[in-house]
Amino acid sequence: MEKLFVTLGGLILIFLVNWYFLFSKGKIKRAAMGNNQVQEITVKVKGGYDPDVIVVKKGIPVRLNFYRDETADCSEIIVFEEWDIRKPLPAFKTTPVEFTPQKEGEYAFGCAMGMLKGKLIVS
Amino acid sequence: MAVDPVCGMEVKEDEAAATSVYKGKTYYFCAPGCKKKFDEHPEAYLKAPEPSEEEKKETVHAGEAPDRSAGKGTETAKDRIDLPVVGMSCASCASTIQRGLGGLAGVEKASVNFANSKATVFYEPKLVKPEDLIRSIRQSGYDVGTASIAIPVQGMECASCVQSVEKALLGTRGVTKAAANLATEKVRVEYIPSEINIREIKKVIEGAGYKVLEIPHDEEMRDVERIVREKEYKALKRKFFIGLILALTIFLGSSTHWLPFIPGILSNFYVLWALATPVQFWIGRQFYKGAWGAFKHRNADMNTLIAVGTSAAYFYSVAATVFPSFFASAGVEPKVYFDTSAVIIVLILFGRLLEAKAKGQTSEAIRKLVGLQPKTARVIREGGELDIPVEEVVVGDLVVVRPGEKIPVDGMVKEGKSSVDESMITGESIPARKKSGDEVIGATINKTGSFRFEATKVGKDTALAQIIKLVQDAQGSKAPIQRLADIIAGYFVPIVISIALVSFVVWFNFGPQPALTFALLNFVAVMIIACPCALGLATPTAVMVGTGKGAEYGILIKGGESLEIAHKIDTIVFDKTGTLTKGEPEVTDILPLGSLSADAILRFAGSAEKASEHPLGEAILKKAEERKIDLIDPVDFNAVEGHGIEAHVEGRSILLGNKRLMGDRGVEVGDMEDKAVRLATEGKTPIYIAVDGKLSGLVAVADTLKENSPQAVQKLKNLGLQVIMLTGDNKKTAAAIAEKAGIERVISEVLPEDKVLEIKRLQSGGKKVAMVGDGINDAPALAQADIGIAIGSGTDVAVEASDITLIRDDLDGVVSAIDLSKKTIKTIKQNLFWAFFYNTAGIPVAAGILYPFFGILLNPMLASAAMAFSSVSVVSNSLRLRRIKLGGREER
Repeated sequence: MEKLFVTLGGLILIFLVNWYFLFSKGKIKRAAMGNNQVQEITVKVKGGYDPDVIVVKKGIPVRLNFYRDETADCSEIIVFEEWDIRKPLPAFKTTPVEFTPQKEGEYAFGCAMGMLKGKLIVS
Repeated sequence: MAVDPVCGMEVKEDEAAATSVYKGKTYYFCAPGCKKKFDEHPEAYLKAPEPSEEEKKETVHAGEAPDRSAGKGTETAKDRIDLPVVGMSCASCASTIQRGLGGLAGVEKASVNFANSKATVFYEPKLVKPEDLIRSIRQSGYDVGTASIAIPVQGMECASCVQSVEKALLGTRGVTKAAANLATEKVRVEYIPSEINIREIKKVIEGAGYKVLEIPHDEEMRDVERIVREKEYKALKRKFFIGLILALTIFLGSSTHWLPFIPGILSNFYVLWALATPVQFWIGRQFYKGAWGAFKHRNADMNTLIAVGTSAAYFYSVAATVFPSFFASAGVEPKVYFDTSAVIIVLILFGRLLEAKAKGQTSEAIRKLVGLQPKTARVIREGGELDIPVEEVVVGDLVVVRPGEKIPVDGMVKEGKSSVDESMITGESIPARKKSGDEVIGATINKTGSFRFEATKVGKDTALAQIIKLVQDAQGSKAPIQRLADIIAGYFVPIVISIALVSFVVWFNFGPQPALTFALLNFVAVMIIACPCALGLATPTAVMVGTGKGAEYGILIKGGESLEIAHKIDTIVFDKTGTLTKGEPEVTDILPLGSLSADAILRFAGSAEKASEHPLGEAILKKAEERKIDLIDPVDFNAVEGHGIEAHVEGRSILLGNKRLMGDRGVEVGDMEDKAVRLATEGKTPIYIAVDGKLSGLVAVADTLKENSPQAVQKLKNLGLQVIMLTGDNKKTAAAIAEKAGIERVISEVLPEDKVLEIKRLQSGGKKVAMVGDGINDAPALAQADIGIAIGSGTDVAVEASDITLIRDDLDGVVSAIDLSKKTIKTIKQNLFWAFFYNTAGIPVAAGILYPFFGILLNPMLASAAMAFSSVSVVSNSLRLRRIKLGGREER
C-alpha cells in the first residue's frame, strides 16, 4: 500500500514536472506599434523572460527591449536562432534586439544554453 | 553590348568600368571619367526626351525650393546623400545595390561606387527617407556604415517634446534615425559619421530647446555591472565563511559516532536544526530566489536542483526532529541529515566563489583593450593647440603627439618622425618607425619624437574600437561543437528531476532497509551531481580566453565557428604577391661589367630613373637611397614604352632596359645574356645598363620574399598542413619563389578572378582549405575558402570576407592563428569531456546503480564537492589558454 502510494506519487510528480517545465504555455503579450512603424515591447529578464510569449505581426520591424534585471550568468546572452541573433545583455541595462519577421510561425528564443525559453509568435 | 552615353563607345555590360542608374535605367561606361561626367549632367548626355509629367513637376519644384542639396547639375531640388556602404566585395555588388536603390519610389538617381564604397543617392525627401534607402541597401545584403549613440537629454517632459527632438534630428543631414525615449530621457541617434559628428548632433538637440547631458563613456556604463558583481562577490565571500563555520560544526555534531571527543550537546537534533536553519535559508537564499524566479517562468535550472535537493534533506530532518515517534512507529529510526544540506550549500557556494573569480579573468582581454582607450587629444584648432576629449576629434583634425603620449585616434603622419610602440594592437614588440605618410593607430604609444598627424578614423571607426567590437562579438559567439551540449541543457533539469524521482521510488520499493533513508539520500545525490553548470561553461570560457589571447597577438578571430573550422583545415593556400613576398620589387643583384663599380652603376641607373615612375625604376631609386648614393637630375629623359629608358647623366648617355632596347641602340650584350637568363629563371627581372653606348652591367629586380616566410611555411608544414602557393606569375618565376619559400605545390598563371575557382577545386577534392591573402584583392577567394585569413590589415580590421584578420603583415601570425585554434578547440574538447563525465557518469552512480554490484553509493556531500569541482576545473582549464605559447612567436 505504502509502495503503491510512493510509486503513484512519483509518477504524478514526474508528469507534472515535465509538463510544467517543458510543455506548458506562458504569459502572452502582443508587441505594441510605436512611432517609426516599429513594433516594440519591453521584456524583463530575470530567471526567465517576462513576458515569455510575444506576439508580433509579419513584415513589420520588431524591436524587443530586453532589460536584464540580474547578474546571473544564465541570462547573459539572448539568442534568436531564426534571425541569427546572439547578443550579450549587460546587466541592469536595456538592450534592443531588432529584426523583421517575414514568415508566419512560432519561433523560440532563449539564453545561450537553451535553459531559459521564450517564444515569438509571428501572425 | 551597351553604348557609353558620354563618349559613344561600345561597352560590354559585364566589363563596364562603371555603371550608373538614372530614372530606373542602368547606363554603362567605358571609364570612371565618363561616369562622373554623366552623373553631373545626365540629361545632357541623353537624347532629350519629351519631359514626363513627373519631370515637369520637378522643374516647378526646383524653382520653389531652396537648394538644400550638395548635388550638382540638374538635381537641385533633390536631396543628395552619400551613404558609406559596407561589405561590397566586387563591382557586381555595386550594381545590385544600385538596382535596389533605383527601384525605390522617390529615388531620382542612385550611383554606387565600388572603389570608394559609397552610394550617392539623389532623392525626393517627401517620398523617400534616408531610412528607406538604408533599408534597401541592407535588403540587398550589404550594410551602411552608420554609427549609433544614446544621448542623454534633459527637459523632455512630454510626448510632444519627444516628437520635436526627433523631428529636429531627422531633418538634419547625416542623421538616419532618431528615437527619443521619455522614460530613459535619452535619444538614440543613428548617423553617418562622415556627414555629421556628435558635436553637431548635440547642437541640433540644443537648438530644439533641450539640454544635452554629458555623454557617458561606454566603459562607465559597463561599470554598473561590475560594481554590482563586486558587491555580490563580497557578500558571497562573507556568506561562505560564516556558512563554513556553521557547516563544520554541524558536520562534527553529526559525526559523534566516529568522533567520540565531540561534546554531546552538538549532536542534539534541536541544536543541529538551529545551526542548519541559517545555512539553509540565509546562506542558501540565492538558490531559493533563483529557483523561484525560474519557476515563475516555467524554467528549471541548477538553482532548482540545489534548492529542491537540499530542501528534501532539510525538511526530512526537521520532521525527524519534531516527530521522532511517527518515524519510530513506522519502523524507521529517526535520523537527521542537516549536515548533508548544510555541507552541500556551502560547497556549492565555494564552487561559485572560485568560478566567479576565474570567470572574471576570462574577460580580462576585453578589459585590457577597453582600458587602452585614450581620453584626450591635442588638436590644432583656430591656429592653436587645444586639448579636447577624444570623442570630439573629427576626421581631418590635425593632432599633435609628444614623446611618451598615447596616440588618440587613427591617422596619417603629416609632419615629424618618431618611433611608436604598437605592441598593444599588433602584438609586435619592436617599435615601428613613423614618418610623414605613415599610418598611425590610436591607443599606441609614441616613444621618441613629436609629430603631427591627420585624423582619418575616429570614434567607432578606429582600429581599437573595431577590435573591441570584433573581440566582443567573437566572445559572445559559440562553437558548433557546443550545440549538442546546448540541446541537452535545455531538457536537462526536468529530466534530472525525473530520474531523481524514479530513483527515489525504486529505492523505496525495492531497496534494502531503511528504504526511506536510502531513497532520500540517493534522490538528493542525483539532484546535486547533475547541475549542468560545467556543461554551460565548457565552450564559452574557452572561446573567450582564446579570442582574447588572439587579440593580444594582433590576431582577430570572428567567432567560435571560425576557431573550430580553423583547427580542421589541412591545406593552406598563400597568395604570392604581398603575402609571401613583400609586394614591392627590390634590387637583388648588381653585376658590373668592366671598370665601373656596383655603386657607380647604381648611381647612373638611379639618376636616370629619377624621372621615371615605373615600379622597377622605383626599386633602383630605393636601393640607391639605401646605399646613400647622391643622385643627379637626368637630362633628355625618355621612356621607351615597354623596353626601358634613356637619359643623360653628367653628360654621359645612359641606356637602361631589356635586351631588345640594347639591340635597337646597337649595344652588344655578349656573355651577359647568359647571366640575364639565369637571373630570369630565378624569378628576377634583369635590366641591362649601357653607358655611352657600351654595356656596363646588369641590375636584377625582383619581388622578394618576406624574411620570415620560409620559416612560417616550415612551421605550417610541421603542423601537418599542405602548403600551396597561388599566383598569377608565369611558371618559371612562380617556381623560383616557391622554392625559396619551401613550397612544393604551386598553382601559377591564375587570373585574379580565377583564384576562387582554384579554391573551389581544392575543396571539391575534399580538402579543408584556408586561404591567406589581403582583404581587398583576394576577398572573393578568402570568402570561398573554409577559413579566410586576411593579412596586414593595419587599421582596417573589419575585413568582411575573412574569418581571421591579422593586423600585422607577418606570416608568423598565420602560424599563431592556426596554433591558437588548435589549442582552443583542444581545451573545449577537454572541457566538454569533463563536463559530460561529471554529469552523465555521475547521475547513474548517484542513483545507486553500482550498489547492487559493488555496494557503492555516492554520498550527497561528495556529489556536491564533485559538482563544485567540475565547474572550477572547466574554467581553470580554459584559463590555461592565457599562458600558452603560440607557435611562431616567442612569448612576450
